[in-house]
Amino acid sequence: MTEKNVKVSIRHLYKIFGANPPAALEKVKAGMSKTDLLDQTGHVLGLQDINVDMKEGEITVIMGLSGSGKSTLIRHLNRLIEPTAGEVLVNGEDILSWNDSQMRTLRREKMSMVFQKFALLPHRTVLENAGMALATRGKKRAEFEGEARKWLERVGLEGQDDQYPHQLSGGMQQRVGIARALASNSDIMLMDEAFSALDPLIRTDMQDLLLELQEELHKTIIFITHDLDEALKLADHLVILKDGAVVQQGEPQKILLNPADPYIEDFVADINRARVLRVRSIMTEAAPAGEIAGDVDPADNLESVIARAGGAMDRAYRVVRNGETLGYVDLAEIMRALVPRETGAAA
Amino acid sequence: MAIYDGLFDSLGLRDWCDAEASDGPMSMADLLAKTAGDNGDSAGTPLHDLPFPSLDALNDACAAIPQSRDLTSGLETGFLGIRDALRFVVDPLTQPLSWALENMLWLMTETPWWAMMPILLLITWAVARSWKVVGFVALVVAGLAFVDHYEVAMQTLAIIFVCAFICVLIGVPIGIAMSRSDRLQGVLTPVLDMLQTLPPFVYLIPLIFLFSVTEPKLYGIAVILYAIVPVVRLTNLGIRLVDPDVIEAADAFGMTKSQKLFGVQIPLALPNIMAGVNQTIMMSLAMVVIASMVSAPGLGILVLRGIRNLELGVGLVAGLGIVVLAIALDRVTKASLARIDASQASR
Repeated sequence: MTEKNVKVSIRHLYKIFGANPPAALEKVKAGMSKTDLLDQTGHVLGLQDINVDMKEGEITVIMGLSGSGKSTLIRHLNRLIEPTAGEVLVNGEDILSWNDSQMRTLRREKMSMVFQKFALLPHRTVLENAGMALATRGKKRAEFEGEARKWLERVGLEGQDDQYPHQLSGGMQQRVGIARALASNSDIMLMDEAFSALDPLIRTDMQDLLLELQEELHKTIIFITHDLDEALKLADHLVILKDGAVVQQGEPQKILLNPADPYIEDFVADINRARVLRVRSIMTEAAPAGEIAGDVDPADNLESVIARAGGAMDRAYRVVRNGETLGYVDLAEIMRALVPRETGAAA
Repeated sequence: MAIYDGLFDSLGLRDWCDAEASDGPMSMADLLAKTAGDNGDSAGTPLHDLPFPSLDALNDACAAIPQSRDLTSGLETGFLGIRDALRFVVDPLTQPLSWALENMLWLMTETPWWAMMPILLLITWAVARSWKVVGFVALVVAGLAFVDHYEVAMQTLAIIFVCAFICVLIGVPIGIAMSRSDRLQGVLTPVLDMLQTLPPFVYLIPLIFLFSVTEPKLYGIAVILYAIVPVVRLTNLGIRLVDPDVIEAADAFGMTKSQKLFGVQIPLALPNIMAGVNQTIMMSLAMVVIASMVSAPGLGILVLRGIRNLELGVGLVAGLGIVVLAIALDRVTKASLARIDASQASR
């Protein structure tokens, strides 16, 4: 796999809420903790020294529990919130130095956003909502109609053009939200807990829809969630936030297999590892001694391999993609991977 | 002599008091005291009769302290002093109001009834889109005309149309400005409170001094000052109540301030603004009756005649005429409000 360009990048980003953030920033840089800062100065440390690279065409998922600063972080990317210190680079340019009209162009043409509470315009029809980004650029209805309708159809909302948002269900409203973001034709999509307000079944549908669209469009997506299952399903690159700081980031499979600290271990403890882990993450290069029972795809999850083995523990499989042998995996290894790594064993 | 003599003596202010002494006209109280055989011996005054140290009581002891009547006469002189300057500024500014009122009164009374009534019904239909409301308005206008109150009713309506229109014209921008600046809201809220609580008659007092009673703008200004409050308040409130998520979405898609104002904030605040317009119309109707004391034509004149000459029937019929007119105006604006609500989200 070739290394992709970094599209958006965050460097040493700090956000402090309070009366005098710069003074508080000095204290934080001097090593004061979040609780001490709140007790002694009344300032809230929102984000602390965040460094994340988001690669072109990938889905970067930022995950954390509520209050971890993830929604604050994503709003720094299009400067809905101004940072206290740090840099936000888009295509290598620091957008924090940009003026209002440059920012407007960025928001209109390069970066679109999908919101947790949909945030559609209640007084406009579905079609007008989908065309909102284009209308904001000054296009007439006749000009944006085709584009808006195309994306509405693409997200599965044919024939709802003249409905108003409140006439649609939550899932359908979020489809409009996604169509609105796609119709702006921006390469970067920010999704702030986009599926968190939806029912579990509809949420799965929407995740599948997003992956399907991504397969085809290769946007740079920054996705915020508090749900680890969702994060593992969507992420190419996973960033875990806790109390405004990055605890661990990397490929989700690696985080699952090698959690950096007890916080993340707790997090991943309840995950159905058989369904999330994929063969490519645990395969070995050396061929096992025994007989090879068959070929599997590197993207197959462990559950499907176990199912193929039919419960027999002595099987081994060759991992093959496009006729090329990438490695081998045997059932014993799979079983070991299913057991979460213990803190004691790691230490 | 007087009770508080001792106070001024002990403060060493006796010289100052006597130096400023001037023999103003004697007040009624002084006169009564004198005729009652004032023995001038304050030492014998029991605690029970101790007067509050008011201006008048202090004046008894120290002539340099002004009497209360000096306050009111001072206000009067002060107002008369700035009257010419004020009139020089306000007179040309408000001239269009006189002009608009005169022309509207002329238009609505000179147009023959068989043309005026269909026009009114057409306006009703355009605003309310409800046959029921149109029928009700037809009934009201025909009823008033049937008891020969057509012309006075048209005069009242003409004044309300002009004043309510100007209230909206001025009030909505003020409300928008208030919603954007907390400081302006802090300054204007007490002003609006004062306008709303000042008894309507009190508006008339300075206006009578300022303008000739024959000028329509005299009552026009009184009506506008009294009726503008709700439309300002509700515009401000309506814009402040717009869902912050929707505003954030507008920002995220790069809307300019004016796109946001006209495309999002005003449309979403419209139900509240319309409620303000409804209240403004109702309040102008209330004020136009009181303003008949300063030559405002219309149904109010007849009410006034009823009171002055104790013509019970005349007063009652005109009063009921005002009631049905109020109901008609209320129904029409409420119907248009409902129409706006229906086309929007029931959030």
